[in-house]
Formats: sequence, structure tokens, C-alpha cells
Amino acid sequence: MSEFAVELQDVVKRFPTPEGGEVLAVDHVTMQIKNGEFFSMLGSSGCGKTTSLRMVAGFEWPTSGEVYIEGIAQGHTPPFKRPVNTVFQSYALFQHMTVFQNVAFGLEMDGAGKDEIKKRVARALEMVQLTGMDRRYPRQLSGGQQQRVALARAIVKTPDVLLLDEPLGALDLKLRKEMQLELKALQQKLGITFVYVTHDQEEALTMSDRIAVMSQGKVLQMGSPVEIYERPNCKFVADFIGTSNFLEGTVKSLEKGMANVFIPAFNTEIKGIVSGEVSVGETVAVSVRPEKIRLADKAVLNQNCFEGTIDLVTYIGSDTHLYVGLNGMKLKVWEQNKISSLDPTAYYTVGQKVWLALFPENTLVMASE
Amino acid sequence: MNPYKRSPFIKVATVLVYFFLYAPIIGLIVFAFNSSRTNVFFGGFITQWGPLQMEGSTVVQSPCGPFHWFCDLTQNREVMSATKNTLTIALISTISATVIGTMAALALQRYNFKLKGFSQLSLYIPIVIPEIVMGIGILVLFSQAFNFLNSSLGLLGDSRLTLGLPTVIVSHIAFSIPFVTLVVQARLQGFDKSFEEAAMDLGANELVTFWRVTFPMILPGVLSGALLAFTLSLDDFVITFFTTGPGATTLPIYVYGLLRRIITPQVNALSTVWVLVVVAIVFLLQRIQSRET
Ligand SMILES: Nc1ncnc2c1ncn2[C@@H]1O[C@H](COP(=O)(O)OP(=O)(O)OP(=O)(O)O)[C@@H](O)[C@H]1O
Ligand SMILES: [Mg+2]
Repeated sequence: MSEFAVELQDVVKRFPTPEGGEVLAVDHVTMQIKNGEFFSMLGSSGCGKTTSLRMVAGFEWPTSGEVYIEGIAQGHTPPFKRPVNTVFQSYALFQHMTVFQNVAFGLEMDGAGKDEIKKRVARALEMVQLTGMDRRYPRQLSGGQQQRVALARAIVKTPDVLLLDEPLGALDLKLRKEMQLELKALQQKLGITFVYVTHDQEEALTMSDRIAVMSQGKVLQMGSPVEIYERPNCKFVADFIGTSNFLEGTVKSLEKGMANVFIPAFNTEIKGIVSGEVSVGETVAVSVRPEKIRLADKAVLNQNCFEGTIDLVTYIGSDTHLYVGLNGMKLKVWEQNKISSLDPTAYYTVGQKVWLALFPENTLVMASE
Repeated sequence: MNPYKRSPFIKVATVLVYFFLYAPIIGLIVFAFNSSRTNVFFGGFITQWGPLQMEGSTVVQSPCGPFHWFCDLTQNREVMSATKNTLTIALISTISATVIGTMAALALQRYNFKLKGFSQLSLYIPIVIPEIVMGIGILVLFSQAFNFLNSSLGLLGDSRLTLGLPTVIVSHIAFSIPFVTLVVQARLQGFDKSFEEAAMDLGANELVTFWRVTFPMILPGVLSGALLAFTLSLDDFVITFFTTGPGATTLPIYVYGLLRRIITPQVNALSTVWVLVVVAIVFLLQRIQSRET
């Protein structure tokens, strides 16, 4: 068995447009997906996630580059000869077949015997908690149940790799959360490699072992949820995953993974961790997440400390969200409500002066593009 | 609340429409049981069963009782041969037109090619063009082609290519294709290609995918198209008239020929059978279409 379940090597996909032009849907993408991994492709609409997945499934062929599955170059191998199965966003259940026939379809194609098909379909339906539904037609099922049938149909063949294109997109929030956990549990139980496409960053963070963040056909960063969130390698990723405050500046000096950045808006230097790659003289983005800013009533550091005025206070139960204005900029700060008090003065109020401490270990310096 | 006042005109119009649509058909069916040999007046029903007895031009008694003219029909060799021709033409042309028309609909749905817009447009032309123009056109085409082939291949006598059953069949296929294609296309609207992709993803090759997934899903459209083609072929007169030859008389052509001689209730019996067949097909079509939704 090869180390990587799926590998994309320098894959490019161009589509002709009806106007006679071309769309660069996937732009020199290279990624390696390990065996048994829950891998997510995350990105906003139109960034090429579906196209990348479809090239693994065999529905599209790369314009250039190569897709490998279990170490084997796929070339123009048709979908029915690839050891992968897909869960479609629209489910694509065969409407003229019962649940049983839908799930059995793939096994039939493999030429499995009747008894074996019965046994394996029953097991797959049990795994997705649809036992007893096998004689229904897809139109007689709820959206969530249809989703489960689509899942059962894809896992019943125990493929090496399961491809999922926004499989939970059509479900309501509560069901989606439930299914996220179920999918993750199922993946761990089966030990199959999951390649999961989503535009929901929370979903990707909760479920994935590793995430590829994509934008405009390119992979910007690949890493574990913690790496992606705590060390985004560019402003786009930091902005796309979670919430962040950004300051623009120029790198003055670099040492031991730390950078001193001159911030024109504050007319001073800020110190932070280099996240990704930056060089001296480069215009960079300094990013601080709102939950990592400390509020104090005096300067607690001799650097990275600024006085500002609270512009807006929003109490949201577990947290208080503040906007603090300083030098014409507004920084978001989230404070956890660690006290329980009915006294309004126990919380921050608009117009109050506060000091913001941007600890260098919480401050990230990254490429601004 | 219906904003329109019910005017008595609506009632009158309704009655008139139904009268002109259905009175002839009902009359036609009633006259199929006429005891009189002439179609001009109604001599009452034939009520007696037994060996054939005539009084002048009135049938008093028949082995088939009231169904005398239907039995009489089956004795008529010309009618039987015309029926056979009609059904042969309808069956072959329906099957061919359905296969070709369905393939055309799939191609138009699936692929982008040069002249796609033109191909789509060219489907409407045979439908809107007057049938008589089509008929003349096809006739000219066949006679020119046959003249050329006969002379260049040196065919003489009986081996010469002439109009006949095959030319009628080809013409019927030609005018049925657009109808089938348009009906199947309507069914294909919104047909998601992910169904086919799902099948291939699960290990079905193109052929299996077509028969197990695509075809069952478009089958109602294909059947509607086929039934439409069948009825069109069954009662086509104009184009058949131009393209038929000796020995290839169809029912419409035969009946037209009868009318110029003498109208006996045989014609009514024949037409009654015909109406029943077409009504049965229409019912079937409706059943298919209501199942579709
Ligand atoms: N068959 C096609 N023909 C032409 N352009 C296409 C085709 N498929 C995708 N594209 C284009 O390629 C780009 C990437 O599309 P893709 O479907 O991969 O995006 P995505 O990341 O899955 O987006 P979403 O989250 O909206 O599903 C888009 O600009 C899209 O318009
Ligand atoms: Mg997509």
C-alpha cells in the first residue's frame, strides 16, 4: 500500500467558457492525502474544490498534471475503474430504485452474489441507521435519510477513498451538526480515507485531520486545524478561518522566528511571530485574533501595548464582543465573561479607556497576499 | 372568487364545441350497426342472429348479429391488407423514429457542438411546414433518386426501384423524429447528469449506466414520444398519399378510395375500430404522463 491514498501533482484544469474564453478552475495544485486521513478542501464558492474532487473521481480529466490513487497514476481511467466512491451534494439517488436497490447497485456491478449483497447492504444500512427502510423509494425519505442512503451506497463497496462534496449542505443546522459527528465516527470506524469538500470553516475544523485552504484554484495552505488556525501562512487564510484583526506594516528586522514590524498607523513597531514566510522590507499583515487580545487598565508590556477607547459593546452571553478604537482603527476584542454579575459597571462600557496588550506570542506576522 | 361573470355564451359555446367534436364520432359509431347497406339513412339496428338474410338493401339477419359490418370487414381482403400495411408501417416507423429521436434528444442535451442551435431549430421545421409541401418534397426526392439509380445501375422491369412500403416507412420515420425528440427533450429538462455520474462512480460502464439508470428515468418521455409517433403514422394521409405505391395501400388511403365509390357501413365499422384503438392509445399516454409527475 502506498503511503498516500490520493496525490495531486501539479494539477491544472481549464474549462472553455461559452464566450470562447477559458476558466482556470484549478491552478497548479499539488496535495498529498495520507491513508486513513480525514482530509478537507475548504474554500469559498468557485475556488475549484468540486473540480479537484471530480478529477479524483474521474468525472473530469486534468488539463495537465496527474492524479494518483494509491500510488497509481490515473490518466484517463474512467470513474468505474477507480477505487473511490463519491457522495454527491445532490445525493443523486436513483429515483426508480428502492433504498435497497440503490445501495446494492455498486455491489451488483462488482458481480457479488445475491446473499452477499443482502448481507452487505444490511450492514451498510445499519451503519447509517436506516435499518428497515430498505423497501422505500428515495422520494419517501426525508432529506437527512436520503443523505444517509447516499452515504450507505458509497461505503458499501468499502472503497479505498470516499469523496464527499458538501454532503451536508442541504441539511438544517442541527442535523448538520449531528451528521458531522456521525461522519467522523464512521470514518474512524471504517478507517477509509475521506476527502471532504466544504465551504464551512467550522465544519472543516471540527472534522478534519488536515485541511487544504483553497482560493481561486490554488491551495494556499495545508495543515492540521490547529496549524491553520494558529499559524495561517497568509492574510487570506487568517481572514477566511475564524476572525482576525489586521494591521498593515513593513518588516524591519527578523530574528529567531520573530519579526519587528513598523506599523505606520501607530507610528511604532510591533513584535510578533513569523507565520509562513516573510522577508525584511516586505509589506506584511500583522494578525491578532480577537480572543487573544488582553484588556488592561494600564500598559502591561513595554511593547505591543496601546491605549484605546471602547466604541461598541455587545453582550452575547458567554462572551462580550468589543470594538476598541485607536488611531482611527477599530480592533475587535472578545472577552470571556468569567464573572456572573447583574451590575452593568462590572462589564465594559462605551467610551471607557482601556489598554490593549497584543502579546508577541499571540501576534502573527504574515504575507499580506 | 372568479372575477369573470359566467356568461350564457360559455354554455352555448361548450355545447357547440362538444356537439361538433363528438356528434360525428357518435354518429359514425351508430351507423356501424346500421341494417341498411347505404350510409345515407339509418335503417335501424340488425337484431337477428343467423344465416345472412337480405331484403333489398337491408340486412335482416346476420351470423354476427349487430356486428355484421365488422365481420364483413374481416372478409374484405383489401381491408385486411391495408390494415396489415398500416400496422407494419406504424410499428417499424415508430420504433425507428423513437430510437433516432431519443438519441437526438440525448445528444442535444449532453454535448455542445457546432450547429447545435441549427439542429434544434431544424426539429421545428418539419412540424410547422405544411404536410402537403413535405409530401411533394419527399416525392420529388424519391423519384429523382430512383430515376438516377435506375438509369445508372441499369435496372429494368420489376427490379426497378419504385415507390412502395419502404418509401412510406422512410417518410414516416422522417416526420416522426422531431415529435419524439421534442417530447423526450421535455422529459430531459432538468435531468441531472449526476445520476449517470453516480452510476459510473459505483462501477457501471457507459452501457450499463444507460440501461440501468438513464433509460428508466427517461422512459416515460420515450413512451409518450413513441405513442405520439404511432398515432401520427396510423392516420397519416397526405405524406403517405405521395409516397405510396402499388401494394402499399394504407387504411386512410383505402378509405379515401372507398368514399369515391360507395359508402357502406363497412367504412363505419372500420372507423369505429380505429377510433377505439386511438382512444386506447390516448388513455395510455395520459396514464404515462400522470405517472410522470
Ligand atoms: N464544466 C464547467 N465548465 C466551465 N466552467 C466550469 C465548469 N465546472 C466548473 N467551472 C468553473 O470552475 C470554477 C471552479 O468551480 P468549482 O465547481 O470547482 O468550484 P467550488 O469550489 O466547488 O465552488 P462551490 O463551493 O460553489 O461549489 C468556477 O469558476 C466554475 O465556474
Ligand atoms: Mg462545489
